[in-house]
Amino acid sequence: MAENATVWEVFIQSKNGLAHKHAGNVHADDKVMALENARELYTRRNEGSCIWVVKSEYIISSETEDSEAFFDPSNDKMYRHPTFYTMPEGSKHI
Amino acid sequence: MNEIKFQERIDAEKKIEPKDWMPDAYRKHLIRQISQHAHSEIIGMQPEGNWITRAPSLRAKMILLAKVQDEAGHGLYLYSACETLGISREELVQQLHDGKAKYSSIFNYPTLSWADMGAVGWLVDGAAIVNQVSLQRTSYGPYSRGMVKICKEESFHQRQGYEIMAEMAKGTLEQKAMAQDALNRFWWPSIMMFGPQDSDSPRTGNAMKWKIKRQTNDDLRQDFINKTVGQAELIGLTIPDPDLKWNAERGHYDFGEMDWDEFWSVVNGNGPCNKQRLAHHKKAHDEGQWVRDAAKAYAKKQELVAN
Amino acid sequence: MMSSLFTYTLRIADSSLILGQRMSEWCSKGPTLEEDIAMSNISLDMFGQANGFYQYAAQLDGLKSADELAFRRNEREFFNHQLVEQENGNFGNTIVRNFLHDTFNFLFYTQLANSKDETLSALAHKSLKEVKYHLRHSSNWLVRLGDGTKESNAKTQVALNELWMYTDEIFEMDTLDTELFNKGIAVDNSALKSDWDAMINNTLAKAKLIRPEDEYMATGGKKGLHTEYLGFILSEMQYLQRAYPNAKW
Repeated sequence: MAENATVWEVFIQSKNGLAHKHAGNVHADDKVMALENARELYTRRNEGSCIWVVKSEYIISSETEDSEAFFDPSNDKMYRHPTFYTMPEGSKHI
Repeated sequence: MNEIKFQERIDAEKKIEPKDWMPDAYRKHLIRQISQHAHSEIIGMQPEGNWITRAPSLRAKMILLAKVQDEAGHGLYLYSACETLGISREELVQQLHDGKAKYSSIFNYPTLSWADMGAVGWLVDGAAIVNQVSLQRTSYGPYSRGMVKICKEESFHQRQGYEIMAEMAKGTLEQKAMAQDALNRFWWPSIMMFGPQDSDSPRTGNAMKWKIKRQTNDDLRQDFINKTVGQAELIGLTIPDPDLKWNAERGHYDFGEMDWDEFWSVVNGNGPCNKQRLAHHKKAHDEGQWVRDAAKAYAKKQELVAN
Repeated sequence: MMSSLFTYTLRIADSSLILGQRMSEWCSKGPTLEEDIAMSNISLDMFGQANGFYQYAAQLDGLKSADELAFRRNEREFFNHQLVEQENGNFGNTIVRNFLHDTFNFLFYTQLANSKDETLSALAHKSLKEVKYHLRHSSNWLVRLGDGTKESNAKTQVALNELWMYTDEIFEMDTLDTELFNKGIAVDNSALKSDWDAMINNTLAKAKLIRPEDEYMATGGKKGLHTEYLGFILSEMQYLQRAYPNAKW
């Protein structure tokens, strides 16, 4: 079995001013090739204005089993949302 | 316990993501289905690639090349989705070469005239799109996202095929004959692309329960036939099925018996082009080995320099 | 009587078309799936460029359409560089061929962009963007192959030695070129040589490849004289248009 290629995650900024969004991955041996391969695959239809690539091994993901501990505690902190607050009737621009 | 929770998530139409717990059989089913889908895109490049250098106009040449290139891209999206299940692209390709993984049988038929580019786009891509639209709602997140992207890009594929057929059907007598001949040869293999009838499809049960598949083979096939009959009539071509007729009661077209002996024979490696397609893929893979080795060696040297 | 400008435009179109045709032969045969897609992209760029220049030639000629120019002319009526009709060979042959040609194309379009002929200038501007990318692609690969493994270095060096003889005619100036250059329309190809040398030498050094000596150098593309490969390229490419002359596709 041949040695596996290096996998790179690809993030595309579709328009200047927008955030980069995960598009998928490519195989490549070096960073120049990774960028070029990402360009060839993910911007064939004018989808891009900037590309990021990062080796997949450097992406650290939270674990599913941690999701309660990670994300549920923010559920009861509604005061972080503007809809939590009662504004006097007739107030504007706030 | 896990299994019950898993099924609850599926039933609630929640997507399963790579890091989520999943039954082993679910993972295996996905790997088999997604890799088969990926290999189909890649092997599917060959019958159409066969005509790129002979395309009859600059426009036709660019369209066909862009389309076959898309198939390479779609194969890649699908290999990516499959890799999230913990298997490498190299292993998947090895399975293809070892005959352990299959690809769609339709690509084991030869493309013999330019009209076949029309028939393949119109019928084969048409059938694939019906299937892929349905799979956008598949339960595995990466597969579903891949399908959404593929469906967006594929929308021109069927149109370009139908355009070729329509042009040829109204062209010279020779062109019309080529178009009809292509339809005759590709019709039955195309409708068999949806796979065996539900009564003979052992894995459908689990695939539906896990919402990997969202519609059965027979439903998808009927949907495709209903869509396609009118398109053939519009351009003056005849679908080669004497039993094809509208059934007002069912609200569907009735159609004739498919030749399942031929289907299984092609699936099991005895189609007109099975050996040729696999040999082509292996040859390209083997001939690329020194290039891949060189790129790896170069990258290693660069890393040493950087450190 | 064909105008000089028509012939000049046709020559550019022919080289683009034939290189595009060669690159399209790679489809489904690339060393990786990613590279397969990259080569199709290059091919599509070349066909797009060819189409642009043929459209302009057709407009100048007023007799034949772009497709007729591409699909209904014989070998002796094609004016592409012999370099671009050379076989794809292994991936190294293709990379070397493209690298030598991309470097020329980069310099050529940079100059043609200043042409007094507005259409040629516009086509050159558009092509230049694509060619810059092609040159990056072929240069990067040349370095990877040259400085990769022993085997890849040897294969690439052989490719370079074999293709070197086709690198002289790309700089030729015949009376037609000179006539149009004097009018500010055409590029002085011979003046591109020193920059080409510098760029080639620079990349070859990075790739640990040895620049071959000039020995026998081929010529003839501008006169419609070609290697034996072109006849096969055309008979394949033009087959449908020739076999069904009354059909529209």
